[in-house]
Amino acid sequence: MFKQASRLLSRSVAAASSKSVTTRAFSSEVPSTIDSTFVESWKKVAPNMDPPQTPSAFMKPRPSTPSSIPTKLTVNFVLPYASELTGKEVDMVIIPATTGQMGVLPGHVPTIAELKPGIMSVHEGTDVKKYFLSSGFALLHANSVADIIAIEAVPLEHIDPSQVQKGLAEFQQKLTSATTDLEKAEAQIGVEVHSAINAALSG
Amino acid sequence: MASTAAVPFWRAAGMTYITYSNICANLVRNCLKEPHRAESLAREKVHFSLSKWADGKAQKPVLRSDAPAV
Repeated sequence: MFKQASRLLSRSVAAASSKSVTTRAFSSEVPSTIDSTFVESWKKVAPNMDPPQTPSAFMKPRPSTPSSIPTKLTVNFVLPYASELTGKEVDMVIIPATTGQMGVLPGHVPTIAELKPGIMSVHEGTDVKKYFLSSGFALLHANSVADIIAIEAVPLEHIDPSQVQKGLAEFQQKLTSATTDLEKAEAQIGVEVHSAINAALSG
Repeated sequence: MASTAAVPFWRAAGMTYITYSNICANLVRNCLKEPHRAESLAREKVHFSLSKWADGKAQKPVLRSDAPAV
């Protein structure tokens, strides 16, 4: 794309010097005089100039995909207020994607998965750690790095079952009495989240 | 490209993803056992004052505060 650059840089000079008033589309002001000293100095400099760079030239190169599948998955699990796991090497994570529980092993196909309220389990050897996620995203990269982001993630022991039952009943009641679309949607979200927590506690 | 893809019910009702996600998070926080519940709700309190400007002067500020009394 930039092979043409030096030609383009000098082309504008040639065009400007041949016509003193050029009609250009989308321009509200047309210069009536061409500054010849500028044109001369530009002609001297133009062939030696590099074309302008684009943002991708300044970016660090993307991490390379290893040629053989790594044995461990590197997990970065972050919340807005804390970083739960940073670069932890594990065997597998199971994430609550909107399409169902998704198991992620090293070498997983690169995916961006939206998460629904549900349980995420991190498997390291025989150790399994479970968190209930409120919602979020999981970014799985080609180099077996998984970035999981959620707004709230709580261990199941921190949840109060009686509050969950109360909330579920309250939102089911709101769902029947809701009038506007927005109220219905909020009640529906309430029912879904509380049902998910219930299922998580009993499952 | 399917621009008629099925939208989630909350988006059909006019809600954005951030609003949906924040509602889910709030509901989860409200279901926690006591010390954790108080901590997480305290963490999420906001306090801000917003004023629009016109003709170089600040108009009446809008104050949003999750003061402990509320």
